[in-house]
Amino acid sequence: MKNPPKAVALISGGLDSMLAAKVVMDQGVHVEGINFFTGFCVEGHTHAIRKHESAKPKRNNALWVAEQLGIKLHIVDVIEPYKQVLLNPTHGYGSNMNPCLDCKSFMVGKALEWTQANGFDFILTGEVIGQRPMSQRADTMPVIQRESGAGDRLLRPLCGKYLPPTLPEREGWIDRDKLLDFTGRSRKPQIALAAKYGFKDYATPAGGCCFLTDETYSRKLVDLWQARGSREYELDDIMLLKVGRHIRPRPHFKLIVGREEGENNFLEGYRKQFVHLQHVSHMGPLVLIDGDPDANDLQLAAEIAARFGQGRDAPLVELEAIDKNGDKHLLRVKPMGAEQIMQEWYV
Amino acid sequence: MSAQQLDARRLLCPMPVIRAQDKVKQLKSGDTLEIICTDPGALNDIPAWCRINGHKVLLTEQIGGEVRIVIEVQ
Ligand code: SF4
Repeated sequence: MKNPPKAVALISGGLDSMLAAKVVMDQGVHVEGINFFTGFCVEGHTHAIRKHESAKPKRNNALWVAEQLGIKLHIVDVIEPYKQVLLNPTHGYGSNMNPCLDCKSFMVGKALEWTQANGFDFILTGEVIGQRPMSQRADTMPVIQRESGAGDRLLRPLCGKYLPPTLPEREGWIDRDKLLDFTGRSRKPQIALAAKYGFKDYATPAGGCCFLTDETYSRKLVDLWQARGSREYELDDIMLLKVGRHIRPRPHFKLIVGREEGENNFLEGYRKQFVHLQHVSHMGPLVLIDGDPDANDLQLAAEIAARFGQGRDAPLVELEAIDKNGDKHLLRVKPMGAEQIMQEWYV
Repeated sequence: MSAQQLDARRLLCPMPVIRAQDKVKQLKSGDTLEIICTDPGALNDIPAWCRINGHKVLLTEQIGGEVRIVIEVQ
C-alpha cells in the first residue's frame, strides 16, 4: 500500500487547531503536531509560578491536545528568531504588542522548514476567516501563504471551502467536500464539532495564544524597553514580566514584588542576577530591583518594599539590601503609606 | 546503552520538555535520560510528552524543590 500523505499541524493548544488536525486525520492523512515556544506563550509555566492557579491541574495544552488526538508533538524553541518578528513586524501590531500577522507567517514558515527537513507534504492550521481581527481575515489568508513561503502547501481545514484549492486537494490527498466552512467570531460551529468528536475539557483561552495580546503585559514590556533605552530582551526578562507587581518609582529602576508564595519562589531563582531586598525584622516578600539603584534609591525602594510586608504598620522595619556580589547592608525604614505609593508608579 | 543526565533546573515549562526532546533525539533505544528540574509542571509535561512519543517513564519523584524524572528511550 502506498504510504499516506503526511501533514504537520500547528498545534497551539486551543480547540481550533485540534479540530483542524482531526478533520485531516479523518481523511487518512498521517498528522504530527508542531508547537512553537516564543517565550510569550501562555502555556504551562504561569500556572507553575502562581500558586493560586495551581488548584487547576497543570498541563501543557499543546501536549494534551496531541495526546487526545494520538499524534506526536514537536515543540520548537523559537525564542531567538522570534525577536525579529516582535521587534520589526512588517504589518505592525494588533491592539497590544501582538504582531499576529507576522507571527503567523513566521510560524507557518518555520513549519514549512520542518516539513522539508522531515519529508512531510503539507501544513495545516486551525485558522478561521474572520476569527481574529488582525491575522485571520479573508485578505490576510493569502498574505500568510505568500510571506511564509508555504503557498498552496498550507491548508486551513476549518474554512477550506471558502479558500482556493490547495495542493493537498489537487493531489487528491484531501477531499475538498469534507473541508469545513466556518467563518466569523462565533464559536458555536467549533463547539458543536468538538461535541461530535467527543472532545471535552479543551482549553478556551480568551484573547490570543500569547501574553502579547494582554494589555498589562504589553505595557510592562514597553516600559522595560523604555527604561533600558533598548528593545533587546532575554528570556528571563520576558518571564519576569509575568510575575509580581512591578513598581517604577524612578525612571532608572523598578521593584518586582512577589504577590504570593509561588511568585516568591520563582523570584528566589533570580537573586544572584539582581540587587534585592529581603525583610529582616518582619515577614515580607522578596523584592528584586531591576536597574542600578544608588544608596538613596535603595532607601526609597526599601520604604516601598516595607509596605508589602507584615511590618507595614510598624514605625520602623528592617530590610537587607543585597547586591549582585552577595554583599549585604542593613536598612531601617519607615514603611511608605499606601497613599504615598503613586498610582503611576505601578507599571 | 547509556545513561545520560539533563540539568533543566530553573527552566520553566515547556523548556524542560524541549530540552528533553532535543536530548532524546541524540539517544538510542534503551538509553536512559535522567532529567532534574525545578518547575513542578514538568511532572505532568514530561510524562505526557513521553506518552505521545512512546518513551517509557521509569521514575518520577519530587525531593524538596526539585523534580527528578528518569525516562527510557524507546
Ligand atoms: S496571539 Fe501571540 S502567538 Fe498568537 S498569533 Fe498573535 S502574536 Fe502570535
